[in-house]
Amino acid sequence: MSRDYLSIFLSFLLKFSIFSVLFVFFGITLFIFIKGIIYISPSLFEWEYNSTNVSLMPALINTINMVIFSLAIAMPLGIFGAIYLNEYSKKDSKILNLIRVTSDTLVGIPSIVYGLFGYLAFVIYFGFKTSFIAGVLTLSIMILPLILRSSEEALKSVPIGYKEASLALGASKLRTIFAIILPSATAGILAGVILSIGRIVGESAALLYTSGSVAQIAGAMDSGRTLSVHMYAISSEGLHINEAYSTAMVLIVIVFFMNFISNFIAKKILKDR
Amino acid sequence: MIKERIFQGLFALSAGFSIFAVGAIAIFLFFNAFATISQIGFLEFIFGMDWYPDEEIFGIFPMIIGSIYVTALAIALGVPIGVLSAVYLAYFCPKRLKGIIMPAIELLGAIPSVVYGFFGLVIVVPLVANIFGGVSGKSILAASLILAIMVLPTIILVSKAAIETLPKSYYEGALALGATPERAVFFAIVPAAKSGILASVILGVGRAIGEAMAVIMVAGNQVQIPHSLSDGVRTLTTNIVLEMGYAANLHKDVLIANAVVLFVFILIINISFSALKGDKK
Repeated sequence: MSRDYLSIFLSFLLKFSIFSVLFVFFGITLFIFIKGIIYISPSLFEWEYNSTNVSLMPALINTINMVIFSLAIAMPLGIFGAIYLNEYSKKDSKILNLIRVTSDTLVGIPSIVYGLFGYLAFVIYFGFKTSFIAGVLTLSIMILPLILRSSEEALKSVPIGYKEASLALGASKLRTIFAIILPSATAGILAGVILSIGRIVGESAALLYTSGSVAQIAGAMDSGRTLSVHMYAISSEGLHINEAYSTAMVLIVIVFFMNFISNFIAKKILKDR
Repeated sequence: MIKERIFQGLFALSAGFSIFAVGAIAIFLFFNAFATISQIGFLEFIFGMDWYPDEEIFGIFPMIIGSIYVTALAIALGVPIGVLSAVYLAYFCPKRLKGIIMPAIELLGAIPSVVYGFFGLVIVVPLVANIFGGVSGKSILAASLILAIMVLPTIILVSKAAIETLPKSYYEGALALGATPERAVFFAIVPAAKSGILASVILGVGRAIGEAMAVIMVAGNQVQIPHSLSDGVRTLTTNIVLEMGYAANLHKDVLIANAVVLFVFILIINISFSALKGDKK
């Protein structure tokens, strides 16, 4: 079949587009990685931050704490909520729809709006001041829909036979849920959780006015910056560009790692089925 | 039995929490904003051209225009590349290559926005400064370029899903009629996937208009209605981040009202997205 000019042109357009996407991706990541590796130094990992070492360690520890505590709040809420939606509510009930609509809305809200809400609600109204805990609460609400939705999908994909068999053997509904359904859905729930870890690690706008940007390892009521906020602070000051490259690299490595794990788990589920 | 009841209650409470959260967000923000906007005057606030917080003159029109310009340009740059890439991935990509490209696109979506901002600051901004000459480079163009990259993964993944749900017979039918594979895809598949592709564009608009941290680092942030691509610009999101740190009293309330305007934009975008999704069923 001889190809006409239009087809050749269209084919060129397609290849050009995908090439530019790949070029952008590899351009950004390689650039940050190469520069980041050049400027990485032991002083970046000292326990205390000061203006000469620009250590990212306090921020890294805050980030890890932020992840742990946000998940501790959002995971039970999200998973229990998903159990309700799957096991207890009637199909197409009004509440079910309302929860769908609201969790969709929560997903679409820009993070700076979460930041202002967190500021108004937790920092001012509940009087937590600019503190780690205000940041944790804000982020918990932000990742809640992600965990709720992925848990819902995971629970839905548990074969109905498991549940029926358990009930037929005389197990109570609650026991069936905790002993049979939840364990079989673990991998799917985990994939969503890991994805939300990536979200927390990358988040900065929602934290600026809730947990603040003090460069110290924060207690519950102290202000403390996470790695992303740290990245924003040092790159907008413009004094420590070299350290900014290394920090960006560390940030990307963490986020990519989280993505790989969550993809790996998701793929494993597909294979098992 | 009582344990069953307690847990059922617990499950129901957890499920209801997202309703409660949306309610709380709406109450906290809107309650504050209504009072503030009525104090300033709706028209003066939305259409006011001047922003002098020290003199209590609050007009956010330049920021609204700024947000619209930056988003529109980002979409104009990102959508063609994104949709064409989705088409390529769905119909023309060898399987092996797909194994490399798909993870790359997912990772592109996972890069934190401050890293995009930093990349823009060290690469795109100097580039724009060089091209235009005599400008700082922090500009609409720089912000749109970064945002265009940031919306790519959303557009590609959603468009690809929309294209792949179409029956293969459309494509085969076109081929049988003698069309080349490219013509078959562009004249039979893409028009049929129109609503799905449009949905991806709307999601992209939502992402672009809500982005703050990357834009703040590359947009220059001057309060003005820009006249050229190399002019600095301030958006609705960056206005909040820039001034919230030191704002007090009315100024602070105004920034909250600013966030509500942004929220309303997002709600409109979300509603049109779900309307589109609803159409398809």
